[in-house]
Amino acid sequence: MSMTTAGVLFVLSLVAALVAVHRPFGDHMYRVVAGTRSSRVERGIYRLVGVDPAAEQTWGVYARSVLAFSAVSLLFLYAFQRLQNHLWLSLGFDPVVPHGAWNTAVSFVTNTNWQWYSGESTMGHLVQMAGLAVQNFVSAAVGIAVAVALVRGFARSRTGELGNFWVDLTRVTLRILLPIAVLGALALMLGGVVQNLSGGTDVTTLTGGAQTVTGGPVASQEVIKELGTNGGGFYNANSAHPFENPTAWTNWLEIFLILVIPFSLPRVFGRMVGQKRQGYAIVAVMAILALAGIALTNVFELTGDGTVPQAVGAALEGKEVRFDVSNSATFAAATTLTSTGAVNSFHDSYTALGGMMTLGNMMLGEVAPGGVGAGLYGLLILAVITVFVAGLMVGRTPEYLGKKIGSREIKLASMYFLVTPALVLTGTAAAFATGNASTALNAGPHGLSEVLYAFTSASNNNGSAFAGLTVNTPWWNTALGLCMLLGRFLPVIFVLALAGSLARQQPTPASEGTLPTHRPLFVGMVVGVTVVLVALTFLPALALGPLAEGL
Amino acid sequence: MTAPLQTADAPVPGTPGRRDDRVGGGLLDPKQLLASLPDALRKLDPRTLWRNPVMLIVEIGALFTTVLAVADPSVFAIAITVWLWLTVIFANLAEAVAEGRGKAQADTLRRAKQDSVATRLVGWTPGAAANGYRDEAVPAPQLRQGDVVLVEAGQVIPGDGDVVEGIASVDESAITGESAPVIRESGGDRSAVTGGTRVLSDRIVVRITQKPGESFIDRMIALVEGANRQKTPNEIALNILLAALTIIFLLAVVTLQPMAIFAKGYQAAASDTAAITDSGVTGVVLVSLLVCLIPTTIGALLSAIGIAGMDRLVQRNVLAMSGRAVEAAGDVNTLLLDKTGTITLGNRQAAEFLPVTGVDAATLADAAQLSSLADETPEGRSVVVLAKNEYGLREREPGLIPHATFVPFTAQARMSGVDLDAGGDVRRVRKGAAAAVTKWVRDNGGRPTEQVGELVDAISGTGGTPLVVAEHVAGEPARALGVIHLKDVVKAGMRERFDEMRRMGIRTVMITGDNPRTAKAIADEAGVDDFLAEATPEDKLALIRKEQEGGRLVAMTGDGTNDAPALAQADVGVAMNTGTSAAKEAGNMVDLDSDPTKLIEIVEIGKQLLITRGALTTFSIANDIAKYFAIIPAMFAGIYPSLDRLNVMRLAGPESAILSAVVFNAIVIVALIPLALRGVRYRPASASMLLRRNLWLYGLGGIVVPFAGIKLIDLLVQFVPGIS
Repeated sequence: MSMTTAGVLFVLSLVAALVAVHRPFGDHMYRVVAGTRSSRVERGIYRLVGVDPAAEQTWGVYARSVLAFSAVSLLFLYAFQRLQNHLWLSLGFDPVVPHGAWNTAVSFVTNTNWQWYSGESTMGHLVQMAGLAVQNFVSAAVGIAVAVALVRGFARSRTGELGNFWVDLTRVTLRILLPIAVLGALALMLGGVVQNLSGGTDVTTLTGGAQTVTGGPVASQEVIKELGTNGGGFYNANSAHPFENPTAWTNWLEIFLILVIPFSLPRVFGRMVGQKRQGYAIVAVMAILALAGIALTNVFELTGDGTVPQAVGAALEGKEVRFDVSNSATFAAATTLTSTGAVNSFHDSYTALGGMMTLGNMMLGEVAPGGVGAGLYGLLILAVITVFVAGLMVGRTPEYLGKKIGSREIKLASMYFLVTPALVLTGTAAAFATGNASTALNAGPHGLSEVLYAFTSASNNNGSAFAGLTVNTPWWNTALGLCMLLGRFLPVIFVLALAGSLARQQPTPASEGTLPTHRPLFVGMVVGVTVVLVALTFLPALALGPLAEGL
Repeated sequence: MTAPLQTADAPVPGTPGRRDDRVGGGLLDPKQLLASLPDALRKLDPRTLWRNPVMLIVEIGALFTTVLAVADPSVFAIAITVWLWLTVIFANLAEAVAEGRGKAQADTLRRAKQDSVATRLVGWTPGAAANGYRDEAVPAPQLRQGDVVLVEAGQVIPGDGDVVEGIASVDESAITGESAPVIRESGGDRSAVTGGTRVLSDRIVVRITQKPGESFIDRMIALVEGANRQKTPNEIALNILLAALTIIFLLAVVTLQPMAIFAKGYQAAASDTAAITDSGVTGVVLVSLLVCLIPTTIGALLSAIGIAGMDRLVQRNVLAMSGRAVEAAGDVNTLLLDKTGTITLGNRQAAEFLPVTGVDAATLADAAQLSSLADETPEGRSVVVLAKNEYGLREREPGLIPHATFVPFTAQARMSGVDLDAGGDVRRVRKGAAAAVTKWVRDNGGRPTEQVGELVDAISGTGGTPLVVAEHVAGEPARALGVIHLKDVVKAGMRERFDEMRRMGIRTVMITGDNPRTAKAIADEAGVDDFLAEATPEDKLALIRKEQEGGRLVAMTGDGTNDAPALAQADVGVAMNTGTSAAKEAGNMVDLDSDPTKLIEIVEIGKQLLITRGALTTFSIANDIAKYFAIIPAMFAGIYPSLDRLNVMRLAGPESAILSAVVFNAIVIVALIPLALRGVRYRPASASMLLRRNLWLYGLGGIVVPFAGIKLIDLLVQFVPGIS
């Protein structure tokens, strides 16, 4: 079987699995977020934190709840790292430096999981399990909760209420993430992923050298790392490490776990607004962009320019031979198309254009299919902007699912859309202007790509690193921390405000004069708007980076 | 396309004549561009321009390059500077031209608003004796609300008001352009008069309803001039989107500088170009890039589109009191249309003759015609017309028939007829309401057969009006000859119109005072979606509220005072100019032609306004793709030669490429002014069809056109000395 055939089969089998699973799984998620009954455990949690599960929240209260919860998580995580030497299972590590602790706290609370450190040589098991892995669950649940609140805004009419954040958070964690995480962890362990609380095993290598092999609760963290589109690896090498991702089929499973929630959420959207076809339209946009991203990344890697790639037939540098080119490229595309950021190969070593694809996938705004929840709300924002332009072209005040897109809605959607490009571009420019970009390993276009990648990854809450950039300096940790924080919570506030203003509206009944938002034409237009907006925003920067290098 | 339905076809003086296009606009005369140039230059004042942030940024950019060009003159810098200024001027020109067209109309209106002296009646009360009040001369502008004035033949009515006494014919051509005089009388729905119009005959007493300086003409002038024009909701939303895009591009351009310096530092050996030096991209080029990227095309034309939209309405003799109402018209889901005058011709017409057994149709037609000769009502005349058309019976002049005594139609007798005296042998023929004629037959010794009753019931059943024809020859018992079927005649082309409405997603509801059965028959024939029978003003209001509860927008027309609450409640309320002041106050539009079918055109104009904005926005954004392909290689191919591969247009050199993009960006504004003023072509169709069409045209067109345009300009510009 040729490399290309293998790659195509790999992608097709993923597509087939996602097509099969997204409906029943989406229906399950729909029942979770739309249901009214609470389990005993959930009731216990509500009593413990003092929440009335029947009380609904306005957008402002919902947003404050999200922010308060995240702020507490952030402080807790910061303190945890700073005090880790006083805790159990610290493996004797020192407290994490302040700027590093800040960066990591923000990183895990914002579902980014940007890692400036090597997990196995910086964090004890307790911090990894009770600190980082917990955030892997709840930060993912926050994303889904916000997306659900936005969908409620579309689905409800003449109300200020968007649901209850605490209920959404609890249910999503307990009924969606946790069960799959348990099953997935078992499957990964079967595949050879380690799971123990060992402090490390001393071994003698073949050549007689001494080496400490770090074990730990890897499988349990690995599964939620992918499922919650987090991406923070137990080991520095992330999913390239054989203890995290030993075989080709665990690789397949990890990619599947990355994609399964983001691709199933449009089903929840369709069910909640009472028109499944609207969900299909959204999932179609995601799928088109994702398939294009995966295909192009594969093409650029398989037909890579350069002496070495042509000699061996493909760009193998920085890739694990057990995965080969295609399975690496597909993983790279999946991890950047979602805001996961786990890696099983080093994007810095990709061909210039292959590397540009990983950049471009993130620059799409993490919407194809994006992070858990964040992908859905990001794409719905793009749909709102598309509806606005398209709606004018059919001669009516634009409306999406019967809700008018007026000046308040377009203002919020525009502000949402402004946040990440502003952070990416000003961050990159600031790094060059202040000379901090000099920590990049490379000069010239590739160095520019390394810096641009770092800010793109942080601002879009992706968390993957291009590598080749030293970021454990106070400037980088602070700047990227700010990008992650603002890149996560400003959009969340705008999304919830939008949800609030949509929920208040009385929907206009659809007629022949209404722009249909479930047909291929509209799907194509959303794809076009997404690509064109991204291209127009980032083309000058890309021209000086990967384009200059790759053309 | 159906024929235009409006009957009054006279344009407002001073406006271009109507075109055949249903929703077209005036053509752009090149002279208008020249005439508007001074206004365009005046608009360069930043205090005026700040309302248009996109163009303000262009102006700031132009100022910046001017400084740079003065400090370090080169052909390239000067050429870019000139074209940046032209970009702003072209944008101002678009607005100035749009406003200029309104100004011409305003001048005509001002002429009507000559200051006259009014005769104010002090102490006047309805029916007061002549000595119960006194009159005094007051300058018209000093009249207050509630003042009562006397206007006599030849005088100009000093202000808007209602006729409270008398009847007069009034020349309203100053505002409607219609030269035929109209009747205005006290009471009823034709009592409103407009200041500035002239009484031609008789005398009327008018109670002034306007506040000083707020007359209908004042408002019209303000409207057509675009003075204190408010931005409409969609326009505001679009402005926000454009502002957001501008910010993004501003960021993209500003943040490019440190990256460019870094890149140039890496390739230090690359020689400096006009675009990039060791201190980064040159100011002139950076500004050029910014101006090319921000949505200048739509930013330049946005206000012109809005003004021209209002102007198109004015050309159709519709005055919208706010732009918001015009936009709402495009959104309308439900259209309430009065049956009479809108869907059907004003009066019922004879459709067929139904003789009873033993009478042939020709005899009945002859009798019907004879008995209708003296019936001057439209129904009576329609009987004569039908007899002529169906049976070839020539109309007989009443005077040409010997020994005939005509009995004219009266509302009391409810019948008309003729007595023919052929030498003592008197034959009397009558035609009229079934009950009246049947009684007449009985009174004259006859017995109407049961068949007459059956025919009458059958006609009533289908919503028609039956008229019975009978004759009485002296010495014999009177007998009924048959029945004339009168029915509502649906105007030609209405069904097609309603089909179009349905395709546009608009539901049409017919409002009528008829009983449900009659209403249903007409509704089916006309093809409306629904009807409201035996409608009272309260029913109308309730219907509008119910539709709005469901989230629908409702449009309606009305003229009477009892329509006022419904007009006020409707999202788009079009008052007829012939109607009462109350109706005109309540609605948000006034149709000077008083043509109820105008509503359909108003909806189309509203839609066209939005489509034009959407189409040009799409075009504007799509344009950026080609500009990138021109400017990015021009900027950076000097340091990274591989980027020259992006120069797909094979433009001659970096300077000519950048200049060509800037020139194209400016020229496209002028090229699109006619489109902005006229509006994009609109044909009623479903949303999907419209989107497909406009997306191909303005989306794909927006991508392709600049590639060709920039290349063409480059072919010329490269020969300019000093441009590399």
